[in-house]
Amino acid sequence: MLAILDYKAGNQTSVKRALDHLGIPNAITNDPSAIATARGLIFPGVGAAGQAMGELQATGLDHLIREMVQADKPLLGICVGCQILLSYSQENNTKALDIIPGECVLFNSAWTDETGAPIRVPHMGWNRVALQAPCPLFEGIAPESEFYFVHSYYPNPKAEYVIGTTTYGQPFCSVHGGPGLWAVQFHPEKSGRPGLKLLKNFWEYCLEDRRAV
Amino acid sequence: MLSKRIIPCLDVRNGRLTKGVKFVGNVDIGDPVESARIYYEEGADEIVFYDITASHEGRMAFLDVVNEVASKIFIPFSVGGGINTVEDMRACLLAGAEKVSVNSGAVKNPDIISQGAAAFGSQAIVLGMDVLKVPVSEAIPCGYEIVIHGGRTHTGLDALDWARTGEALGAGEICLNSIDADGTKEGYELTLTRMISDAVTIPVIASGGAGNPDHMVDALTQGRASAALIASIVHYGTYTIRQLKEHIAGRGVKVRQVW
Repeated sequence: MLAILDYKAGNQTSVKRALDHLGIPNAITNDPSAIATARGLIFPGVGAAGQAMGELQATGLDHLIREMVQADKPLLGICVGCQILLSYSQENNTKALDIIPGECVLFNSAWTDETGAPIRVPHMGWNRVALQAPCPLFEGIAPESEFYFVHSYYPNPKAEYVIGTTTYGQPFCSVHGGPGLWAVQFHPEKSGRPGLKLLKNFWEYCLEDRRAV
Repeated sequence: MLSKRIIPCLDVRNGRLTKGVKFVGNVDIGDPVESARIYYEEGADEIVFYDITASHEGRMAFLDVVNEVASKIFIPFSVGGGINTVEDMRACLLAGAEKVSVNSGAVKNPDIISQGAAAFGSQAIVLGMDVLKVPVSEAIPCGYEIVIHGGRTHTGLDALDWARTGEALGAGEICLNSIDADGTKEGYELTLTRMISDAVTIPVIASGGAGNPDHMVDALTQGRASAALIASIVHYGTYTIRQLKEHIAGRGVKVRQVW
């Protein structure tokens, strides 16, 4: 089963509904033994980085996530879950999990769109992902597919961790990580068929991962 | 590059659509869940449900609809109608909606915007504005007034001022409905749409008046809206969402075409 880390993130039930629809066994949980025996972890998130880190620390999930990553348990971070895998977020001046080196920064409203108008913040709506490195999560997903984004801050990891970029005024990193540890800025659970396919690909990766229990 | 969004709006009373939606073969569907599912398959970028129920029983039926929609469609959807308190918002978000839209509830108590944004994040709070063109006056310098109760009650609020207030209070998006254009099928109110879009940095959804896909292009270009809300143009089977998107893309506006 996939464990959806329970720290009261706004979208955890949406992630659950998408996994249920796909027939993927899953549970919303913060129970360490359930998390340790799960095939993989989904780290959801909506809202502010400071509040999210506060909840993680209050539940002890911050340590548990680090342990699980050390033990090579597959993990997929979504939105704020993607952002706080980094070292730091400008949002609420938050020291984050520091699992992937880099920081999360506010969109610059001086950036302009293709018509020359300043970009609106938040970046809200559908946009593409240009893969900069091959990634099994995107297997079978057409490159012109779009995903649903809603965020005011974007991840800016060290260059070697950038997997995909999206253009909003300027290109920014929308997928980062490495094998078995991925983070997506968009919401796969709300991105129609391509998003569901990505979740399914993650599950299949977890099933193939012989290291997992 | 961000796509412009095409958003069908479904009116619900006591858990059923107020007007049936006609799909291929003109089959009339009164079920909001099934209609939403078909629009999802057709490529809607988002869906809006508007509850026009007055009774408690009707409200419960509406929340059942929201819950069922959330387990069948995997794009964002928002709900509006009768949201007056943070508890109303919580009930809709827990049932599976991404966003809630506040309209007259925010006029009566603007603090609900900031309370909602603090509790659920700005991205979850849409300010719905019903707007009527009026003579320019000292009280309404922009010449557009906020109205409630479907346009029957004037509020004395200047639309431009109210949009800025809503943004400052923490609304993540504005759904801007022109009462003058609504139902005319003669096009969106472009002057209003452009004025509000230019005054705020949050996304603006244009609403009211869509009769053909060129109207939508106008709202998304001249009006500078981020999204276009549509109703009868798709509910009566005049166009499918795919047809609308093909036309809009053909006019050089980026919309999502693969789903």
